[in-house]
Amino acid sequence: MGDAVNSTSAETERYAIGISFGNSCSSIARISPEGKAEVIANEEGDRQIPSILSYIDGEEYHGTQAKAQLVRNSKNTVAYFRDYLGKDFKSIDPTPCHQSAHPQQQDSTVAFTIRDTASEDPNTVTVSEITTRHLRRLKQSATDFLGKEVNAAVITVPTNFSDAQREALTAAAKAAGLEVLQLIAEPVAAAMAYDARPEATVTDKLVVVADLGGTRSDVAVLACRGGMYTILATAHDYELGGASLDQVVIDHFAKEFMKKHKADPREDARGLAKLKLEGEGTRKALSLSANAQLSIESLVNGIDYGSTINRTRFELLSGKVFAQFTGLIEQVVKKAELDVLDIDEVIFSGGASHTPKIAQLAANIFPEKTTILAPSTSTSAINPSELAARGAAFQASLIQEFDTEDIEQSIHPMVTVTPHLSKAIGVEFTSNNETSFQPLLNAETALPARRIAQYSAPTEGGDVLVRVCEGSREIKVTKPEPKAKEEKAAADEDDSDFDSDDDEEDETREIVWKTEKPVAELAVKGVKAGAKVEVMVHVNPDLGLQISVREVGGSTAVRGAINGSA
Amino acid sequence: MAFVQVVNVSLPSLPSGWTAEKDFKAVGALSAATQRNIEPVGPHFLAHARRKRHARTFSEDERIQAQQNVKKTEDEEDEDISEDEDPMMLAREAKDWKAQDHYAVLGLTKYRWRATPEQIKRAHRKKVLRHHPDKKAAMGQRDENDNFFKCIQKATELLLDPVRRRQFDSKDLQKGNFYKLWGPVFEAEGRFSNKQPVPKLGDENSTQQEVETFYNFWYNFDSWRTFEYLDEDIPDDGEGRDQKRHTEKKNANARRKRKSEDIARLRELVDECLAGDERIKKFKQQARAGKDAKRKAKEDEAKRLIEERERAKAEAEAAKKNAEEAAKAEREEKKKAKEAAKNAAKKNKRVLKSSVKDVNYFADGEASAAQVDAVLGDVELVMGKIDVDELAELASRLTVAGKDGSAVKAAWADESKRLVEAGKLKEGEVKTFA
Repeated sequence: MGDAVNSTSAETERYAIGISFGNSCSSIARISPEGKAEVIANEEGDRQIPSILSYIDGEEYHGTQAKAQLVRNSKNTVAYFRDYLGKDFKSIDPTPCHQSAHPQQQDSTVAFTIRDTASEDPNTVTVSEITTRHLRRLKQSATDFLGKEVNAAVITVPTNFSDAQREALTAAAKAAGLEVLQLIAEPVAAAMAYDARPEATVTDKLVVVADLGGTRSDVAVLACRGGMYTILATAHDYELGGASLDQVVIDHFAKEFMKKHKADPREDARGLAKLKLEGEGTRKALSLSANAQLSIESLVNGIDYGSTINRTRFELLSGKVFAQFTGLIEQVVKKAELDVLDIDEVIFSGGASHTPKIAQLAANIFPEKTTILAPSTSTSAINPSELAARGAAFQASLIQEFDTEDIEQSIHPMVTVTPHLSKAIGVEFTSNNETSFQPLLNAETALPARRIAQYSAPTEGGDVLVRVCEGSREIKVTKPEPKAKEEKAAADEDDSDFDSDDDEEDETREIVWKTEKPVAELAVKGVKAGAKVEVMVHVNPDLGLQISVREVGGSTAVRGAINGSA
Repeated sequence: MAFVQVVNVSLPSLPSGWTAEKDFKAVGALSAATQRNIEPVGPHFLAHARRKRHARTFSEDERIQAQQNVKKTEDEEDEDISEDEDPMMLAREAKDWKAQDHYAVLGLTKYRWRATPEQIKRAHRKKVLRHHPDKKAAMGQRDENDNFFKCIQKATELLLDPVRRRQFDSKDLQKGNFYKLWGPVFEAEGRFSNKQPVPKLGDENSTQQEVETFYNFWYNFDSWRTFEYLDEDIPDDGEGRDQKRHTEKKNANARRKRKSEDIARLRELVDECLAGDERIKKFKQQARAGKDAKRKAKEDEAKRLIEERERAKAEAEAAKKNAEEAAKAEREEKKKAKEAAKNAAKKNKRVLKSSVKDVNYFADGEASAAQVDAVLGDVELVMGKIDVDELAELASRLTVAGKDGSAVKAAWADESKRLVEAGKLKEGEVKTFA
C-alpha cells in the first residue's frame, strides 16, 4: 500500500478527517501538524456534538441547540437515528426516539415526519437524508475550523454494523460531500487512539474495549499482536448506556418531587423532557465532582424545582446498572474463551465511561497487572468520548494519500482474513533446575509473523539447547489453606509472570504456562559465559516455521525450517 | 517487526548425548491455525497488507522499503549537480574562457558562490565523464572538437583556486527574480498611496495594460507621506519670537526637502525598475513585430493584387490567341473540305461523262457527232441540275453499271426522271436517256 503514493492522485486534493458517528453524540477529529490527534470543536465549542437535528420554521438546528429543542419542539427534532440507518422498520427499536420525532416506515427504510421547511405541512424525511444533513453539518464545522475544504473521512461504526448499514452510511456521506475512505470498527479505533500516541510501544496484548455510549453499550475483546488488531469477541447491550444512569437520576428526583408536590413530573411529556435534559447534565457533573445540582424552572404545574445529589447516593442507586456494565465486560471475556487474567488492558470509551465507579468496579474484576484506561483510574487516559474520533483521524491520516482502489484492495477479505496461531509458540527455559515455558508468539497472532528475542545463556556458558515448543496457559487456583504445598510437585509447572499472593482473597488465581508440544530443537555450541542467545522465529501462513538461533555478537547462526501442513 | 525482546531467563544447557544434523532437529508441527479477520486499521496493518499484496516476506519488505528511502537520497545527491546543458554553451570556444559562466559549465548555477570545493570536484568529475574527448571518440563522434572539455577544465581550475575563484565571484553578481525582488518594494511603498488599492507589479504573464497601469500609477504617485514628525521642536517659552520663526522656517524647509527627496527617491526606484523590466522590452518587441506583420500583410496584399491582375491579363490573351488559332484552323479545314468536295465533284463529273463515253454514247457501233453532242448535252444538263450528294450517288451507280450500256442508260434515265419529278427538269428536256 505504501507505493500508492507514487500513483496518480485524485483529481482534487483529498483532505480527510476522522468522524465518530454515534447514536447520541458525534465527534470530528484530525491529526494536527505536530502529528497529534485532536478533536475539533464545532461553532458552539462542543467537542461531543449531539447527533440531533431540529427544525423551527424551516431553520435547521444542530447539536446542543437541537438537543435543547427536545423539550419544546420534540415533534420536529430528530435524535438517535444512527442505528436506524440502512435498516427496515421491522428490525428497529424505536424506544430511544420516544421523546423526539418518531420513526415511521417508508418503503423499505425508516423515515421521520417533521416540519423542516417554513410551510405548515410536514415532510417525510428518510433517515439517510437526516444522516446526510447531520454529516454535512459536521463537515461544515470541520471545514470552518480548519479553513480547508474537508472532502473525505474515516467513520467509525459499531462492530455489528451490517453491509446494508455500511452502504447506507457511505451513500449518505457521499451525498453530504464526504468520500468515505474507510469505515472502521469503534473498539479498534479506540485501541488505536492509545497505540498511536508517540510514547506507545508495540506490544502483544489482549485488550477489552468497553464502549459505553449514550443509549447502547458495546464491548469487544481485541488481540493486539505486533500492532495488528483482531476482534476475538463482542457483546452488545442495546438498552444499557448513559441513558440508563440518567433514568436513575430522573427517578430519584421525580420521587423527591412527588414527596413535596404530589405530582409525578414523569407523567408530563414536557416535564419528563426537562428532567431528562437536566438529569443528564447532573449525572455528567457527578462524574467530576462529589455533588451536583439540578434545578428546573416550571417542571410541572409551574413549580420550580431545585435539588442536589451526591455521588455516593448516585452510586448506591445505580448499583444495578453498574452491575450490568461489569456483567457485560465479564460476558465478553468469557465469550472470547479467555480469563480475566489474560487481559492486559481495559480501555473505557464512550461518554458513560466518565463515571468513576464503573472503572473502579471493572478494576476489581481484573487482576492488578491489568491496566484500566479510564479517567478515574489512570491519569494518562485519553478522554473516553474522544477515543473513536481520534482513532479514525489517525487512520484517515494514514490512508489519505492512497488511491480509493488501493484502499479497497487493502481492506479486501483476501488481505484481512489470515490464519491466526491457535497456540502460543515459545521457548523452554530453566529456572531453579526446572524446565518451563516462555511464550514468544502468543496465541491469536496473525500469520505470517516474526518475533526475535534474546535469552540469557546459562551462567557458566557452554552448549545451549533451544527447544521451540507450543505452549498453553492454564489457570492455577491456589487455595490459601494448604500454603505449605507451594513447593510445586509437578516439575513442568511454574508461575512465570508474577506472584500475586493476595491473602485477603480466599483463593489465588495465576496463569501457568505449560509446554504442550515440542516443535523443534536447536543447539548453540560454545556460548561464552554471560552471553545472550538470540532466537528468531518466523511462522508462515501455511504454519511452516523458520527458526534461527545465534549467539549475540557471534557470526554463525543455527538455522532450520519446518514445512507447513498446508 | 525488527523489535527485539530481551528476556531475562536462561536457556537450558545441552543435555549430553543430544546430536542432530547441523544442530537442528524438527520434532513436531504446529497445531492448526484459526482463520480470523484482522481489523484493517493502523500502520502495522498497512505494512501487512503491503506484504501480502506484493507477496513479500518481512525481510524483503524491509529491504524494499529501505531501498526506496535510500534511493530517494541518492537521487537528491545526483540532482544537485545535474543541470541541462545549454547547446550554446557546449559550442563555446575554449579560448573565450573568460566570458564563460564557470558555474554553468559545471552545472552548479543553483549554488554559485555557495558551491563547496567538494561539490565542484564532484561536478567536474561528472562533466568529465560525459565530455572527455576519449568518450566522444568511443561514442563514434569523429570530430576533434574538445572545446567544451577545455572549458570544463578551465572552469574547474579557476573555481578550485580560492584566489581566482574570489576574483570571479566578485564580478559574478547574481541576478535574482525581478518580480520577487521588486514586488515587496512596491508593496511597501504602496502604503503611502492616497489611492488604494495599489496596482501590483505582477509577473511575466501580466498584460501590457496591467504593466502600463502599474508604471503610470507609480509615475503619478500620490503620496500622503509627510515629515512633520521629524520637525525640530519649537521653543514654547513665548520669548524669542525670532527664534521661533526661524525654527518654523527651518522646519518647513526641511520638510519640503525631505518630501522632494522622497519623491525623487521613489521616482528613481520606478526608473530603475522600469529599466530592468523585461516585460517592457517584450511589449516593444511585440509591438514592433505587430507593426512589421501589418506592413508585411499590406505589402503582400498589394503584391497579390498585381499578380492577380497580371494573371487575368495573361489568361485573356491566351484565350484570344487560342480562339484565333481555332478560327484559322477551322477556316483551313473548311477550305480543305471544300476543295475536297470540289475535287470529288470533278471526279464524279468525270465519271458521269466517262460513263456515257464508255458505253459509246448509247450508240451501237460508232457514235455520230450529233449523238455524242446530244448525250453530252443531256449529261451536262443533268449534272447542272443535281447537287453534290446526288452527283456522288449517281457516280457510284454509274461505276457499278460500268460498261453495260443499258444499265448506264437506266441509271441516267432514273436520274432524269427523278429530276423531272422534283420539278428541276422539264419533261422531255432530256431526250437521249429516255
